[in-house]
Amino acid sequence: MSILVNKDTKVIVQGFTGKEGTFHAEQCLTYGTQIVGGVTPNKGGQEHLGKPVFNTVSEAIKSTGATVSMIFVPPAFVGDAVMEAAEAGIELAVIITEGAPVKDMQMAKAYATKHGMKTLGPNCPGIITAEECKIGIMPGSIFKKGNVGLISKSGTLTYEGANQVCKEGFGITTAIGIGGDPIIGLSYKQLLPMFEADPETEAIVMIGEIGGDLEIQAAKLIKEQITKPVVAFIAGQTAPKGKTMGHAGAIVSGTAGTAAEKMAALEAAGVKVVVSPAEIGKAIAEVLASK
Amino acid sequence: MNIHEYQAKQIFKKYDVPTPKGIMVDSVQDAVKAAEQLGGPVWVVKAQIHAGGRGLGGGVKLAKSLEEVESLSHEILGMTLVTHQTTAEGKLVQKLYIEDGADIKEELYLSVVLDRKLEMPLIMASTEGGMNIEDVAANTPEKIITVPVDPTIGFQSFHGRELAFGLGITDKNEQKNIIRFASKLYKLYMENDAEMIEINPLVKTGTGEFIALDGKMGFDNSALGRHPDIAAMRDLSEEDPDEVEAAKYGLSYVALDGEIGCMVNGAGLAMGTMDTINHMGGTPANFLDVGGSANAETVAKGFEIILKNPNVKAIFVNIFGGIVRCDRIANGIIEATKITDVNVPVIVRLDGTNAPEAAEILKNANISNLIVGNDLGDGAAKAVAAAKGE
Repeated sequence: MSILVNKDTKVIVQGFTGKEGTFHAEQCLTYGTQIVGGVTPNKGGQEHLGKPVFNTVSEAIKSTGATVSMIFVPPAFVGDAVMEAAEAGIELAVIITEGAPVKDMQMAKAYATKHGMKTLGPNCPGIITAEECKIGIMPGSIFKKGNVGLISKSGTLTYEGANQVCKEGFGITTAIGIGGDPIIGLSYKQLLPMFEADPETEAIVMIGEIGGDLEIQAAKLIKEQITKPVVAFIAGQTAPKGKTMGHAGAIVSGTAGTAAEKMAALEAAGVKVVVSPAEIGKAIAEVLASK
Repeated sequence: MNIHEYQAKQIFKKYDVPTPKGIMVDSVQDAVKAAEQLGGPVWVVKAQIHAGGRGLGGGVKLAKSLEEVESLSHEILGMTLVTHQTTAEGKLVQKLYIEDGADIKEELYLSVVLDRKLEMPLIMASTEGGMNIEDVAANTPEKIITVPVDPTIGFQSFHGRELAFGLGITDKNEQKNIIRFASKLYKLYMENDAEMIEINPLVKTGTGEFIALDGKMGFDNSALGRHPDIAAMRDLSEEDPDEVEAAKYGLSYVALDGEIGCMVNGAGLAMGTMDTINHMGGTPANFLDVGGSANAETVAKGFEIILKNPNVKAIFVNIFGGIVRCDRIANGIIEATKITDVNVPVIVRLDGTNAPEAAEILKNANISNLIVGNDLGDGAAKAVAAAKGE
């Protein structure tokens, strides 16, 4: 078992024929992902990486039955691509592109929600169900199949965490990069209950960072609904204040957003919080041993 | 990206948002000329730096004669202004804004920001204008009114009414004026991809008009490509020169005050690396994310920027390759040692895509002060030890 995607998931790529889209779609195919085609306007009818290219998402769904789209279009076109996917009936859009304007994501996410489409990202490494389906840019080889679910705002910390879990002799069910932008799709709050319901997942790694309050919301949810052990790391304990967060924005969240506050909230919810990402693997071994 | 008050007011004018007349100058002579042109009888001499709290820091002063404009300009231009939003060293004032004095009946607060929780713009207002709004939020949160605006429907009259009634505005003419003001502000926020607009104080005049006495704006960097007019407002002298230089090469750099230089891929891992060094008893000298398209040139540049900092006693290169290929980083390290005198120990931990190739490249290069870190914990420990001279 796994969450959201598995070996039967049919995936199309928006921005299929571009440099990044091509490179990573090829890697996903090699991994075993069912990439069934792609979309590049005005290249419909061509073949790319042995798969059909379509002009629109709607045509691609009609011909292939795809339910998931992996989005690699340039930042300025991400909003449009997400809304096209939602309108056409895609169930999950995995948005890899970095640097999409925040305003576009506000509109696109609202539209996706209206159409019942889930989104991941933007600015994320994607999602991988170990040894079944990789939809994203992560190095597939480090994700061995196992019993640990992973959710992370950071791409490289996803790899770091998964690598440590596997080196301890465990493995991953599904690992998800949710992205570090101000507005993102699925987050801890939606994903934690999916792992709770997944019979193969026995423990969860949750990696967060400073800014916003998604980790605080997660802590509340964990306290109320999650019975499986959770290990968490929050990046940015030593980050200087006010470097990326706007002044006026700090009022809305009050004092929320610091690593210390998030770590305290998670600890109070019974989560095993580690102070360094180097300790994620060890902590997972501990919580699984004491189960 | 942030801009100056005088630039924010240029944008305000374009959208017909009322502001006092003013002229930006960078010399005392021009300040007096500007004051003559504006006519008086009172002027405000305002320091232009990217930070709030300028008034409390002595950077905003009222002048009642041209002589006073001259003496105050002398005083403020070239001063180093320290406010609660600057560092302790403060910021050098290089530009002044000479502005007409306004007829002030009441001082209010108005801003538009992104509410990350609601995922939409939020209009915030308060009757406590001219104060530090963080203090108002902490001490009297009931005095802050918030009105979220769903961008898919945009600013409607009901948003305006919520704002007006929330501020206790009962006069119908004043209600009309504040609603119109907020509507224009929302429009310019959206059309320019602003991250935040803050007007503190927003002034109510004796005739019930609302005027933006101050203006602070920040923009979404990701959207600057479609706003060349705003991108052109960037003032590099307000930014850290090393951060600016790093950004030219796609590197994200922030200087810190520790001893261990860090070069990492990914913002999360970069912060996690700093946290790990700190946890092991060392101190990070910087945050440096080499990004997703790192190559030999950008890595060499990263070394150059890190080594400019005289406090650096060791460098920890921590790469977990996803998009970034480790062999490219390895080549960058070799390149860097050729063009820069890397005179401190370099601890290198490379994992992920093409890590075995990278290990081979580094081994064959035979660099004397290079230490291999086996994993994050091991690398950080070795970096902390090396910085202590162990």
